[in-house]
Amino acid sequence: MEFLTQFKNALFLIAILVAQAIALAMQVRNPVDPAQPSGPSVSLLRVWAMATVTPLERATHAMGHGVRSGWSDYVDLRNVRQQNKDLQQQLTRMRIAEASIAEDALEGRRLQAMLGFQEHYVGSTVAAQVIGASGNDQSHILTIDKGARDGLRTDMAVITQDGIVGKVSDVFPTTAQVLEINDQNSGVGVVLATTRIRAILRGTTVGKAQIGNLTSDARIKPGEQVLTTGGDQIYPRGLPVGVIESIALDPDHQPYTAIRVHPAVNLDQVEEVLVITGTQANLPAAAQQDLDAAEAQSAADASASRLPSIHDNATPGSAANGSATPAVPSAAVVPHPLPALHVDRFTSGAAPPASTMTPGAPHSAAPAPSSPPVSPAPSLPSPTATVPKPTRRAAAPSKPDPKPSSETPRSEAPQ
Amino acid sequence: MVIHSYMSRREVEQQSFSLPVTVFVPLGAVLLQVLLPMVFHWLAILDLPFIVTLFFAISRRSPISGTMTGAGIGLLQDLLTGQPIGVNGMAKSVIGYAGASLSSQLDVENTTMRTLLTFGFSWLQTFLLYLVNHYLLGHHGFHMMWLHELLRAVVNTVAALPVFFLLDQTKRQE
Repeated sequence: MEFLTQFKNALFLIAILVAQAIALAMQVRNPVDPAQPSGPSVSLLRVWAMATVTPLERATHAMGHGVRSGWSDYVDLRNVRQQNKDLQQQLTRMRIAEASIAEDALEGRRLQAMLGFQEHYVGSTVAAQVIGASGNDQSHILTIDKGARDGLRTDMAVITQDGIVGKVSDVFPTTAQVLEINDQNSGVGVVLATTRIRAILRGTTVGKAQIGNLTSDARIKPGEQVLTTGGDQIYPRGLPVGVIESIALDPDHQPYTAIRVHPAVNLDQVEEVLVITGTQANLPAAAQQDLDAAEAQSAADASASRLPSIHDNATPGSAANGSATPAVPSAAVVPHPLPALHVDRFTSGAAPPASTMTPGAPHSAAPAPSSPPVSPAPSLPSPTATVPKPTRRAAAPSKPDPKPSSETPRSEAPQ
Repeated sequence: MVIHSYMSRREVEQQSFSLPVTVFVPLGAVLLQVLLPMVFHWLAILDLPFIVTLFFAISRRSPISGTMTGAGIGLLQDLLTGQPIGVNGMAKSVIGYAGASLSSQLDVENTTMRTLLTFGFSWLQTFLLYLVNHYLLGHHGFHMMWLHELLRAVVNTVAALPVFFLLDQTKRQE
């Protein structure tokens, strides 16, 4: 008893430490459910803590938001009309460019369909505001103002317009916690955009994003873009992750390199995010519309390639509507017949008269008599204009044209 | 026969705080710690819960009270950071205990002493977090970044002095 009295302080400390060590061991040893890595009882504690802190966070965030919106909505609105006009024009240009780029996506989709690859597109998102952070430089977690009531679940991807932010790690009724990609417990399946090398991006203890499972490769250079692969079933494929910042040997894992990635999103100053609540196998309506337009443009381009006179590079969008107008014939595009492969012995007038020939005389290989070229009538060339139509003075080929036809449009590739 | 009785420094200078101060100051410190890095992300290096833990420990001069205060603040911090619960709890429990134990031997009202205490305990906390992460949690990639930790200790020491001064006003002398 005297011992207990004498060392009660130290014993109390030891008891507290032992209790926490046991709790720590239980959390580390039993991460059974991936959706609840800390276990249900621990989650309940977190729910209580979040319920205590969240109202204060919301109030503080609302005050800050009020001040900021007061400034941005009323004071800082100069030149907004002009900016809006410029942006509308830029949007128009980008949509046209996107439609042409989407043609390549069409081909990719066909190839993916051939391979049986199931693509997942972003189907639905929930916009959320960041109302808190972990407040610890060893833990990179954000608190957002949307939770289970808004349809959020764990392991949903969180993005901004610049790239990925992280994934939902814990969901509470009205809030959720987001594990950023630079947290030491985070992991993202990524692919290097140029070299197409796949890797895993992890956070470090100092809050850096790093690829650590690749050996040294001369093809990997700083500045290369890093994208999501979609293979982790969390982040949709092709989203920007960041850019390679530096490459060095990993001192802890010697054969491997430590590739530092500068995140595409400024993770220290994230204010608004999108939580991807659903993916779908088909493209969203707007994107599908763009692809359809691209497909129509592709078909129009294929037709235009058969009609040399209707090439119109100045208005790339005009063909996208499928309303290619007949072009005015031009002398510059008059098709010239290909040279004859064999001597014309059949056309009337091309061979000497029979009366001049001597029976039994050796076969003369005299070339066909030349004649002045006949200019075709200035009319609209037919779709077969690129195939040399035999004129009266041009010999019909005695064998199939060895030159393959180059008119098969790309859209007619095997499905 | 004359009975000599004496009171230790701890008994003479033991101070207490009202219930609102006891509850809301640690809560406010944790909340500020969550909110401040959102505005100035470099403030994540600051550890307000650590400063508050140390202040209550050296003011109350009771190791048990210091241990409980440190455990409470550290566990609350763990609950909000998403880390395994107990990492900061264990570190701050030791800080609270050690701070309270030392304060009975030292003049903790002195500014120089407070500076030295804060600087030293910041390093102690760093070391404890390293032990917990590296050995208990098995994070073998967890390294001590000396320059960063030195900067952390300096920042916390600088911030602790005005915070201590403000919190001194909330003391209830017995």
